[in-house]
Amino acid sequence: MVVKVYGPVAAACPQRVLACLMEIGTEYEIIPVDLQTGEHKKPEFLARQPFGQVPVIYDGDFKLFESRAIIRYLAAKHGGHIGSNLLGRTIEEKALVDQWLEVEAHNFNDLVYTLVFQLVVLPRMGKRGDLALAHSSEQKLEKVLDIYEERLSKSDYLAGNSFTMADLSHLPGIRYLVEDAGMGHLIRGRKHVSAWWDTISSRPAWKKVMHLLN
Amino acid sequence: MGVVKVHGIPLSTAAMRVMACLYEKELEFELVPVDLRAGEHKKEPFISLNPFGQVPAFEDGDLKLFESRAITQYIAHQYAGNGTPLVCPDPKKMAVVSVWMEVEGHQYDPAASKLTYELAIKKFLNATADNAVVEEYEAKLAKVLDVYEARLACCKYLAGDCFTLADLHHLPTMQYLMGTQAKKLFDSRPHVSAWCADIMGRPAWSKVLAMQNKA
Repeated sequence: MVVKVYGPVAAACPQRVLACLMEIGTEYEIIPVDLQTGEHKKPEFLARQPFGQVPVIYDGDFKLFESRAIIRYLAAKHGGHIGSNLLGRTIEEKALVDQWLEVEAHNFNDLVYTLVFQLVVLPRMGKRGDLALAHSSEQKLEKVLDIYEERLSKSDYLAGNSFTMADLSHLPGIRYLVEDAGMGHLIRGRKHVSAWWDTISSRPAWKKVMHLLN
Repeated sequence: MGVVKVHGIPLSTAAMRVMACLYEKELEFELVPVDLRAGEHKKEPFISLNPFGQVPAFEDGDLKLFESRAITQYIAHQYAGNGTPLVCPDPKKMAVVSVWMEVEGHQYDPAASKLTYELAIKKFLNATADNAVVEEYEAKLAKVLDVYEARLACCKYLAGDCFTLADLHHLPTMQYLMGTQAKKLFDSRPHVSAWCADIMGRPAWSKVLAMQNKA
């Protein structure tokens, strides 16, 4: 059984799904989608994902979109005991994983998205980014990362002492911040966040995703 | 089951999301008020319950949680046998519930929350709505609701035949917006309109609204 993933490897949300697939060792096939030519906003793709966003997956005939729903499904359905550890084994562990997945989605992601969009995406398109907006997002992200620093001073990973989906979900965004947006200081300036980033980004599964970028 | 506490206020959309879930599951809980005007949520002891200084925070015996959508998922799974089923045991069905929970969180909520703030919350604060923002976000919400209209033409609820957390999560902002000019965005789409009337008419939701009247 091969899971089909529609989306460019370079984009953050497909990377979230690929990281999960690598962790659980499920076979996959990538069908690229050309964001630059607006392929994702054309009728053929909109029939797959009505919001015109990547990624979309097909597991046989079963289709899903929204990367954070996809990773939960893949881990539950195909992940075996690895998947179970990634999601949380007990209801309480799952709740903590969900809590930090929600933090990533609601407190972290939008700020990172704004920063990357203004500092990386717009300039690549030959347009001017809004530096004031980028700066204000950076300041808010500093406050959020202070909370992560406090959390990670008490546990090795966000939801406890094992690597889970909550940590995995951060990988693409932080990579963009550090490698493309020139925001490495946000991570390196915080001892525990920095150590956590080093640990999670050196996982073999993430390295395999990075290898696909080259 | 330990003592269940929700730290927050009945007017907070995120706290309402959690209370709607508790009422659907027919679970007893205590609402512990948090004085937002006095900044209680940004200080100890609240900060220890939610380091992001946001309501609600939640306790079930020794378990402490924050983030309303993580809390509702915990309640739905932990108390799967109580009250209304809000999640599905089958992984594929659950995945579809997840998709639409993510859609609510990432596509619907950013626009709906912004409009709720401009059109409803600002009234409580005696502040004026920013018309440019209202126009921008009404347009964004309209696009999202077009997708919902197509989805609800084939399914009674977002995830399929049954009411789930995917529908419930929309209630708080939907309730606020129905009392403002943004109501037209829902009313002008027949399947969306029927779905709204259905989910807002649920007895558990009336109990959440009754808490606002007591406050």
